Amino acid sequence: MSEVIVITSGKGGVGKTTTTANVGTGLAQLNKKVVLIDTDIGLRNLDVVMGLENRIVYNLVDVVEGNCRMKQALIKDKKYPNLFLLPSAQTRDKSSVNPDQMVELVNELREEFDYILLDCPAGIEQGFQNAIAAADRALVVTTPEVSAIRDADRIIGLLEAHEIRRSHLVVNRIRMDMVKRGDMMSVEDVKEILAVDLIGAVPDDEQIVISTNQGEPLVGNESLAGQAYANICRRIIGEDVPFLDLEIKNGVLAKFASLFKKN
Amino acid sequence: MGIMDFFKKKNSGDVAKDRLKLLLISDRADCSPEVMEMIKNDIINVISKYMDIDVEGLDIQITQTESEGNNGTVPALFANIPIKDLKHHSSSN
Repeated sequence: MSEVIVITSGKGGVGKTTTTANVGTGLAQLNKKVVLIDTDIGLRNLDVVMGLENRIVYNLVDVVEGNCRMKQALIKDKKYPNLFLLPSAQTRDKSSVNPDQMVELVNELREEFDYILLDCPAGIEQGFQNAIAAADRALVVTTPEVSAIRDADRIIGLLEAHEIRRSHLVVNRIRMDMVKRGDMMSVEDVKEILAVDLIGAVPDDEQIVISTNQGEPLVGNESLAGQAYANICRRIIGEDVPFLDLEIKNGVLAKFASLFKKN
Repeated sequence: MGIMDFFKKKNSGDVAKDRLKLLLISDRADCSPEVMEMIKNDIINVISKYMDIDVEGLDIQITQTESEGNNGTVPALFANIPIKDLKHHSSSN
């Protein structure tokens, strides 16, 4: 039984691609067969975050247009043999693919994979419509900022209008030091405002930048962000995992304590 | 004086939250913050005829709620109006 998950946000730059890469890799670590589809035609990014940019021969548009078979376009991950990427086309535009074609493409993949993750482009135009057309459920990524939350709210409304009933919230880039002094909305604030179930809260972690530089998702490593992503993956497959204590109420020491507690 | 204290304590996280709440009301309802403010004032006027309410603590918003049928969610006007005193003091006019 396969599940198709769209990762979307409305606003750009909040961490959709990073979330897709880490959740996909994390699900692969849980021995699921996973394919990541970059649906941002014209602005290809997921390949770089996954560190697979040098292996691209064919892309999503080639598959849709019948220039190659699906198998030829899928790129196997460096580390996990059960993780694949279907890259986007860099020199085409969003209108190269329509929602019906996406549904057909995803249905073909459903036969072989446990999880199909769709990395959605920013905005609510055709790229977004393509990405959500085939989705069973959604991860809505946002940051604790007014603009990102406003866009997320709009996205949630659009997902409901498209009959995608299972939307879960990922609050990204939380800085607990700022939340603590009242200069950033807390995860609870964001959850309350958007009224959507939370599936994960990811701290603003410099390890993310380092992992993106290296093209290796950090999910599952000892960093707080790595643990947060690993927990999201376990919740996706239906496990009941308590939320990480990001609330560093007692300062830095508590943060380290929680790190050790989880290991 | 209450109002001044209120603003002095307010940090930017709370400012953001309040701005967002207002913004999302108008986004969801597709009606402007001015109209929402007018609705809020009218509600205050009507209820104040019968009881003393906490105008500062009053909160109205348009949210999504499960519909009675199987049509999923429908918008609903949600109002939280703290009552100071159930008996109306006519002196407050």
